[in-house]
Amino acid sequence: MSIEVRNLSKRFGSFSALRDVSLEVRPGELLALLGPSGSGKTTLLRVIAGLETADTGQVLFHGEDATNQHVRERQVGFVFQHYALFRNMSILENVAFGLRVRPKKFRPSDEEIRRRVHELLKLVQLDWLADRYPHQLSGGQRQRIALARALAVEPNVLLLDEPFGALDARVRKELRAWLRRLHDDMHITSVFVTHDQEEALEVADRVVVMNEGRIEQIGTPDEVYERPASPFVYEFLGKVNLFHGRLHRGRAWVGGIEIDAPEHPEAEELPAVAYVRPHDIEIERIPAVSGLNGDGDSGTSLVAQVSHVLAIGPVVRLELIRNGDKDKEHQELIEVEISKERFRELNLARGDEVLIKPSRFDLFPRQIH
Amino acid sequence: MNKFKQHSVLPGFNLALGFTLLYLSLIVLIPLSATFIRASALSWPEFWSIVTTPRVLASYRLTFGASFAAALVNAVFGLLVAWVLVRYRFPGKKLVDALVDLPFALPTAVAGIALTALYAGNGWIGQFFEPLGIKIAFTPIGIFVALTFIGLPFVVRTVQPVLEDIEAELEEAAATLGATRFQTFSRVIFPTVMPALMTGFALAFARAIGEYGSVIFIAGNMPMVSEITPLLIITKLEQYDYAGATALAVVMLVISFIMLLVINLLQWWTRHRSALA
Repeated sequence: MSIEVRNLSKRFGSFSALRDVSLEVRPGELLALLGPSGSGKTTLLRVIAGLETADTGQVLFHGEDATNQHVRERQVGFVFQHYALFRNMSILENVAFGLRVRPKKFRPSDEEIRRRVHELLKLVQLDWLADRYPHQLSGGQRQRIALARALAVEPNVLLLDEPFGALDARVRKELRAWLRRLHDDMHITSVFVTHDQEEALEVADRVVVMNEGRIEQIGTPDEVYERPASPFVYEFLGKVNLFHGRLHRGRAWVGGIEIDAPEHPEAEELPAVAYVRPHDIEIERIPAVSGLNGDGDSGTSLVAQVSHVLAIGPVVRLELIRNGDKDKEHQELIEVEISKERFRELNLARGDEVLIKPSRFDLFPRQIH
Repeated sequence: MNKFKQHSVLPGFNLALGFTLLYLSLIVLIPLSATFIRASALSWPEFWSIVTTPRVLASYRLTFGASFAAALVNAVFGLLVAWVLVRYRFPGKKLVDALVDLPFALPTAVAGIALTALYAGNGWIGQFFEPLGIKIAFTPIGIFVALTFIGLPFVVRTVQPVLEDIEAELEEAAATLGATRFQTFSRVIFPTVMPALMTGFALAFARAIGEYGSVIFIAGNMPMVSEITPLLIITKLEQYDYAGATALAVVMLVISFIMLLVINLLQWWTRHRSALA
């Protein structure tokens, strides 16, 4: 079932949690709402569920307006960050709850309820815990039970609010992969909220990056990581180096390098920032004979000094300081990632001077605040 | 090996335990055992005849019956008051919250006089019941009113923190699963506060059994009708019948003890089931 939200806005006092948010969730997809805290992602999820009402805007399920429907009638499965299991009920009764509270004519028989609960418990691989109570379970187990409970009512959509936020790193990784597999089996339209970029990129079909109540970008994990639409997305997803410079009529001068910027033909002497991922920077040894300028920079590459080497794993991380930067108080470190092979080839050590050249970057005119 | 003494980062276990036992002995156990020793001056048939005269039996029924009814009413309305105080924001909430404690603080005799004045046939409230043929003051109903008054804070103050602890998420979860407000209350919230509610009930009940000051003003103290057991004990003391007074005291002690034990067992059972421990 598809979900559509149109022009949602929501304020809490003077704080704008959502500002004119529109979004479409395709049937059967697993969508991540990603953003820092206060970005409105949880509010958006709660508005979709009907746990919160928006000041303006609409929520549609399968094309039908559900804006004024009560949570009870929306048939959404909701999973809370802190599980929200009923502590006075056994695991079996927790999962059975949604079926037991149905009006009599829609309520399955007792055996049918038991059968379905056990089926769900098998699905989440915790059948053997049916008679325990929530406090006897670990966090990861509780969250799986919470998921089984949400699925018991055969919801049209599944909404998860930071489902792995309260778990430790290892369990989190396990559950993440497990949720992906479960979704592949069930194909239920799902939306989950997270502030963990790795989680969003690894699990979701599409990622919605949110900031200050607005959607910054919607795209596949690959799209949002490789082609961020805004400086915010660049900085929020993964590591990035910033080079300050200026834009003028389709050309840019950034940190001593002159580059083409055909996407900004109309810019007139604008301050600009180039965003470069650490793995999009090439490193060369300085050739013996070269035409370097005063700072040591050529027209296409910069001279920098290696200040730190972290050579653990297949990727070697280098921190460099630009030569022209040396005297300044606030030196900006440049982070570079190269393969171990390349690292051995170059035979780099701390203090070496090298040439660096961004191979791929995005230019954004600097925002004037 | 001393089983009780385990190494602990908290020092002073021996001293603290010793002091606790001494204190409990001085304040609770010794006076109680004195009651038993006093009563044991009587022979068994004497004891039995004192504690089973019709007048005394009527007073047991009244004391325990009215206390039970008052505690029950307090459990229902105390839960309501606690719910309102926890769930809603309204002007004057702090004041209402403070008012709940008033029965704790008020001297019981003051409460008794105030209630009697209100509920007497010509009192503010009593005048409305008088024409209906209902007398409140100087009847068992008056006793029940006084006992309800003094028991309320016990229920509110034990239930309140537990209600505050119930996350809004639990109710939201129930709602997303299709439960109505009533189902959410009866299946999720009520079972969670049940152990605390029983504690509150037990406290209100125990307090009501022992209540004397507020009751004697409003009760009218007619033998066989509105005479509570504590009053009988006082009457006997005034007649220098110490053995008879202690005999009644022993009976009250034993019944109270058994009732508290039963309530504790029930509580343990619900807590065990709801597994809050």
